[in-house]
Amino acid sequence: MQDHYHAAPTGRNKPRSLHDLLYSKAIRTTFYQVLMAVAICALGLFLYNNVVDNLTRQNIATGFSFLGQVSNFEIGEKLIPYTPRSTYLNALMVGLVNTLVVSAAGIIIATVVGFMVGIARVSGNWMLERLALTYVEIVRNVPVILQAIFWIVVLRNLPPPKNAFVLGEFGFLTNRGLYFAAPASTPVHFWMWLALAFGIVACIIGTVAARRYREVTGRYVDMLLPGLALILGLPFLVWLVAGAPTEISYPVPKGFNYVGGVSISPEFTALLIGISMYASGFIAEIVRSGIQATPKGQVEAARAIALKPRFIMRYVILPQAMRVIVPPLTSQYVSLIKNSSIAVVVGYPDLVNIGNTMMNQTGQAVEAIAVMMIVYLGISLTASLVMNLFNRFVAIKER
Amino acid sequence: MLDTHDTNDAVIKISSLCKWFGQFKVLTDVDLEVRKGERVVICGPSGSGKSTLIRCINRLEEHQSGHIWVNGLEMTDNIKNIEAIRRNIGMVFQSFNLFPHLTVLENLTLGPTLVRQMKKKDADALAMQFLEKVCIPEQAHKYPLQLSGGQQQRVAIARSLCMEPEIMLFDEPTSALDPEMIKEVLDTMIELADSGMTMIVVTHEMGFARTVANNVVLMADGQIVETGPPESFFGNPQHERTRTFLDQILKH
Repeated sequence: MQDHYHAAPTGRNKPRSLHDLLYSKAIRTTFYQVLMAVAICALGLFLYNNVVDNLTRQNIATGFSFLGQVSNFEIGEKLIPYTPRSTYLNALMVGLVNTLVVSAAGIIIATVVGFMVGIARVSGNWMLERLALTYVEIVRNVPVILQAIFWIVVLRNLPPPKNAFVLGEFGFLTNRGLYFAAPASTPVHFWMWLALAFGIVACIIGTVAARRYREVTGRYVDMLLPGLALILGLPFLVWLVAGAPTEISYPVPKGFNYVGGVSISPEFTALLIGISMYASGFIAEIVRSGIQATPKGQVEAARAIALKPRFIMRYVILPQAMRVIVPPLTSQYVSLIKNSSIAVVVGYPDLVNIGNTMMNQTGQAVEAIAVMMIVYLGISLTASLVMNLFNRFVAIKER
Repeated sequence: MLDTHDTNDAVIKISSLCKWFGQFKVLTDVDLEVRKGERVVICGPSGSGKSTLIRCINRLEEHQSGHIWVNGLEMTDNIKNIEAIRRNIGMVFQSFNLFPHLTVLENLTLGPTLVRQMKKKDADALAMQFLEKVCIPEQAHKYPLQLSGGQQQRVAIARSLCMEPEIMLFDEPTSALDPEMIKEVLDTMIELADSGMTMIVVTHEMGFARTVANNVVLMADGQIVETGPPESFFGNPQHERTRTFLDQILKH
């Protein structure tokens, strides 16, 4: 009796004849998957053999040993030591660092601009909303490569250094780069950076302490001003204690160029503006939709218990909006990193630009492309991983 | 204070209130007085402006002409007045509007800690006290969406009570509930009424109106048609409009 109810009837699903075998869903699914796997392997094998055949016919060595050879080319912009006597591997590292720098700066600018424009889009201020909308529609709908070219053309059309566009004595805008006055380097700067880092840590601790204090006493402490004072005040204090060194290094014309101060190349600037403005348009829309995705009733309920607008934004709207914002934000960051590879059209020596040169000189096209692909894959996956962790942090448990 | 107004013993006084949504006039010359401890039920066909009327009282909607006084303080564009009045008025919505990212307890303590500046410990104790009152203290650490509709609405009532308001507004509190959950919410509201709370309730629950209300108001087309204590409102309605409305909703 019990068996009748509980044990599944055995053998019912097994095919009993050739006819059943031909029309069995399970067997068919397996069959097609095996077929597909065989096809993919065959294609891979064919491509591999083809490449190896062609390379041996043209007497091109395969493998990555060429990375150790001397590169024999100069790179315009480098943040790590490099000369034409360095190896191809060194050259690639210079390109990688350049890619990372322009991507990191781009992500920061795109995020700040994107959030400001996105909030402006729903600010309720007619003028601000229209301005933000216009900005978004322009930067989103013009191809990013065209935007980068636009900015390099603008920067290249600045006057030459000898009659530079002068911003007082503090800056010179020329077709060779942008030169700005900067505090002359002193050892004090190191301590100021340290103070800044310390201030940021202190600010975080302070914010946590303020929340505890509110929980215990009920008094709300706004940490915005004290936090800013900590972050900016500490480096300022260090600067004062160190005798307030006010020496400024001004860019001065020398030969065909300027020395002193800080300089930013037109290539870097054009690429940075291009990719970050393009991404900021998309981020603005993501932020707007995130804020608008919070149901109206949430704001009404918060108003009904007399919460102030800033508390409503901080405790009701933003926590719910961030869940909607972070996942698409991640894909914008990843696409900004990949968009930085249009560096080649403005002449900024990023990974792809240097990889191209290397490929042309050595003829190791397959390996060079493989290296670049793996590096981009690595950077993008790392960015996604970090953002996924962040997402887990902001994602809110609901059930 | 300059803008206080002598409203006799009325905690809420509304006079010749008008409101438009664009070209459409939703409220026309509405006058209403609610005394302390009074329970007013507002009913009427959908689109008659009853929700809009009570949403004007805590300024979830702005009125264009007429006056609203709450405890003698006029509801104007002045943010100080708006905040002071809102602190004194709780509101329960048809769709609960609990904060889904906060636990039940956090939903209840958000207002007390941020608006009334209570200590977290005290706010927690207060919240637990009201959760006991609505009979779900064991759900304190769950998230709203883990609860049934009836439980969510009772949490919403407790959330409003945590601000310890003098007046409670209910905007169709049982309309989004399954039939078997309506009773638990109505019971909570009846208990609240028995404790002497001033209440304005927009509802179609005529049984509730009959037993709890001091005054029943019928609205139609943005106007108050008839006002009266439940005995005369249900037993001997004066207006034809009231009779047809009661016929329609009491027939089955």
